[in-house]
Amino acid sequence: MKLLTLNFLTCAIKTCKGSPASFPLHPRDSELEIIETDINLPFLKNILPRLTWDAVRTISTELGLPELPATAPTREDLVEPSSTSEDDAEEVPTQVAKDLHRLLLETCVKEGKLVCGCCEHEYQVKEGVANFLLPGHLV
Amino acid sequence: MSRPEDILPPDLFYNDSESRKYTTSSRIQRIQSDMTHRALDMLDLTSPSMILDVGCGSGLSGEILSASDEDGTPGGPHVWIGFDISASMLGVALEKEVEGDLFLADAGQGVPFRAGTFDAAISISAIQWLCNAETSEDSPAGRLSRFFNGLYASLRRGGRAVCQFYPKNDEQKQMVSSAAVKAGFGAGLLEDDPGTKNAKTYLVLTVGGGDTDGDITGVVRGMDGVDVQDSRRRGRDRHGKDVKGSKAWILRKKEQQESRGKVVKATSKYTGRKRRIQW
Repeated sequence: MKLLTLNFLTCAIKTCKGSPASFPLHPRDSELEIIETDINLPFLKNILPRLTWDAVRTISTELGLPELPATAPTREDLVEPSSTSEDDAEEVPTQVAKDLHRLLLETCVKEGKLVCGCCEHEYQVKEGVANFLLPGHLV
Repeated sequence: MSRPEDILPPDLFYNDSESRKYTTSSRIQRIQSDMTHRALDMLDLTSPSMILDVGCGSGLSGEILSASDEDGTPGGPHVWIGFDISASMLGVALEKEVEGDLFLADAGQGVPFRAGTFDAAISISAIQWLCNAETSEDSPAGRLSRFFNGLYASLRRGGRAVCQFYPKNDEQKQMVSSAAVKAGFGAGLLEDDPGTKNAKTYLVLTVGGGDTDGDITGVVRGMDGVDVQDSRRRGRDRHGKDVKGSKAWILRKKEQQESRGKVVKATSKYTGRKRRIQW
């Protein structure tokens, strides 16, 4: 499961709805892997304002990844300022965009569990697939 | 037409052999890809977006979402998150190494994502399964309402969702679309090949706000061969009651009288029908 998905996932249990602690889910005993994909700059630009940067930082610290800057990059940071005057030239991703792509779209949680900060419910992750099936009384 | 949802719950019906059969059948693959393309046309995405695939199964539609613009996916390649209740189906998807993130989850239990996560949602041949409840503590209406409420919250303002499903009868169609309307969506049904064995029903849902063009009538504007039938409030007055003198009103009154033990004339095809203009 991509770290990007973790930035949107909340606890599924009814009583946790609306509780600020139910997001983000905290990864525990997790095993990471890198699955390389092509960089998709328009998508990064599209998703950037929707990210909760604090949650990205918390999760990456919990996973033992290098420290991230305190403020989120802006859309301008993602595109290399082009020196040529041609407007229709392909936009070139900067190092910031490449790092962001690496972190959000290529770094995946392979095994482990996700724990809700509110109810301590554990969601198992196996082979990158998280189990969000709940017993009837928690729905 | 076979109705697998009447046989077993989805997590048991789609076991290893059934999932493999479903995924390898070239006929099903073709139908699924046609329907996915049709749904993508209605979503009208222009740039790579975040998409939720409800009931993604083995990722047949996900593969299309991950394809690039040149390969026929408008606005692609999109990033998608899929969930399905059948572990076997997800197993097949893992073997195929699909690009989206997969979840083992029941759509009838809600959609566990932050508000405004997705640009769009797609669901191919899945939500008819929500019309069945497997335990006594659950009900189809409850499952549908949890699903649509969750979906409504997780879509961004101005987002769209297209759900293709196989309704068993008109009642089920009504139940699904009214659950969506109750959750806040602007809902409409689009039917391809109506009245044939190959009828396909698409529930087109829009979230207000943003830059969308109204409800389904805005979605299908400019599409070829689409007849719009607007049945909102037809034959009903402001309070949702039948208009006095209409056929529905006459039938209701007759039933009322009959239940009181009065003698009522039999209902025929002529009941409540307009007289010819020459009369």
